[in-house]
Amino acid sequence: MTGTVATQVGVLARRSLLKTLRQPFQLFPLIFFPIILLAVNASGLKAATRLPGFPTHSYLSFAIAVAFVQGAMFALINSGTNLAEDIESGFFNRLALTPLRRVGLIGGLLLGVAALGAMQSAVYMLIGGVAGAHLDAGLSGALVILALGAITTVGFGALGCAAALRTGSGEAVQGLFPLFFVFIFLSSSNLPRQLLKTGWFHTVATWNPISYLIEAFRSLYIVGWDPAALARGFGVAAGLTAVGLLAVAWALRVRMQRT
Amino acid sequence: MNALKETSHAGIWRVALAIAWRSLHTYVRRPDLFVPSLIFPLFFLASFAGGLSALGSIPGFSFPAGYTAFQFVFVLCQTSMFAGLFTGFTLAFDFESGFARRLMLAAEDRRAIPLGYAIVALCRAVLTIAVVTGVALIAGMRITGDGLDLFFLFILSTLLVLIGFGWAAGVAFRFRSIQAGPLMQTPVFLIIFLAPVYVPLDLLKGWIHEVASVNPATSFLEAGRGLISGVHNHTALAFACAIVLIVLFGIWMLRGLRSAEAAG
Repeated sequence: MTGTVATQVGVLARRSLLKTLRQPFQLFPLIFFPIILLAVNASGLKAATRLPGFPTHSYLSFAIAVAFVQGAMFALINSGTNLAEDIESGFFNRLALTPLRRVGLIGGLLLGVAALGAMQSAVYMLIGGVAGAHLDAGLSGALVILALGAITTVGFGALGCAAALRTGSGEAVQGLFPLFFVFIFLSSSNLPRQLLKTGWFHTVATWNPISYLIEAFRSLYIVGWDPAALARGFGVAAGLTAVGLLAVAWALRVRMQRT
Repeated sequence: MNALKETSHAGIWRVALAIAWRSLHTYVRRPDLFVPSLIFPLFFLASFAGGLSALGSIPGFSFPAGYTAFQFVFVLCQTSMFAGLFTGFTLAFDFESGFARRLMLAAEDRRAIPLGYAIVALCRAVLTIAVVTGVALIAGMRITGDGLDLFFLFILSTLLVLIGFGWAAGVAFRFRSIQAGPLMQTPVFLIIFLAPVYVPLDLLKGWIHEVASVNPATSFLEAGRGLISGVHNHTALAFACAIVLIVLFGIWMLRGLRSAEAAG
């Protein structure tokens, strides 16, 4: 039985991954949009490194962390839209009629999302490295980035799947993206928290869990090994994934009852 | 002959105002259209003026009205251009739903169609700009320019609405589908962000300085910041650039209208 579930998960994970990799319109925002924003911000905000107390001389090394989180957020759109398409086209209903188990259905999709998350993190690291971002934590730090990137992507991907299952509409899933993007804007994405001078913004950024995700990725680039930053980052990623999985399990149960 | 011309002009305005009324009515009755267009500029203002205020103390950064006013001008320019862009989305959506095609059949002079949507863009921009300006003033934005400077600042933002709309409407008339949305949005987004958004041009280094130096959006930002602070900078250049772009995108839009007519 376990073997059957593993096979189901494997097949659906492969399908989920290939579905994204074969569509340039989905790959472009995943890979290039965060890189373009990184290029613009790294150049436009380079002067910020002259602020007293700024932790590094390379704004690129400081800002690359945002690309990992943005990329993970795009997974919300990709996985949600793909699942919504399957619902709209009737493919999901046909799958539901097969002996496929629920855990296989969503597990496969999210495993594909995790693989994509690790791949996109690798691409950002590679492009960042070529552009001059220095990964202070070295090769083992790169592995930690891949793991954190994959977990974060699964968390956002699960939320996208939950939205797709609940609404059954790709348009509704796309409408969620700006809401999540606001979390990046209201975080320590552009400056370290100690340099956020506006009181209310500092408070919001401190309460915003996205700040801790960004700071975990960032710590590997500019500090090396910072156990506290990594613990907070992995804690947020795990919490996000737990919430996403609960939401997706609930939405799946509701949809299956309707189906 | 003159009477015929006058009737034709009256016809254009009648159709344009009817289109404008319908679209504005839809806009204010649909929170999914109305709320994001108001909220997003406020988020940009909050995150840039609030989150990056420390940049105002970088050595070499000098702006008499303060960092909130510095970023307000960016948000004003962005809001203006995006009000035009979003109206292009509305036009594309109206094509997709079949409404714009029926309009093409019914309008006695089809130039009234872009004119009507341009009025919509301007009205949407006025509403959003009023809210953003009000919030910025409540947040403590200082204005060191005088009343005339402010008048010209808002005239400049009006011209930016028309630039954004001209570009987006040209795309909407050619593709007649909301799927062309990224094509409308991405170039404008890139042009705006490849200007001195966070710090003045002098503090930008490397390739971004080279790009920003030849980017027309730089002249809009510098002129706007000059007007709000009363220290004029490239004001004439910005107005000249804006007028040239309006003429170019006006031609682009009218040729798009011809293309939509030819497509039937």
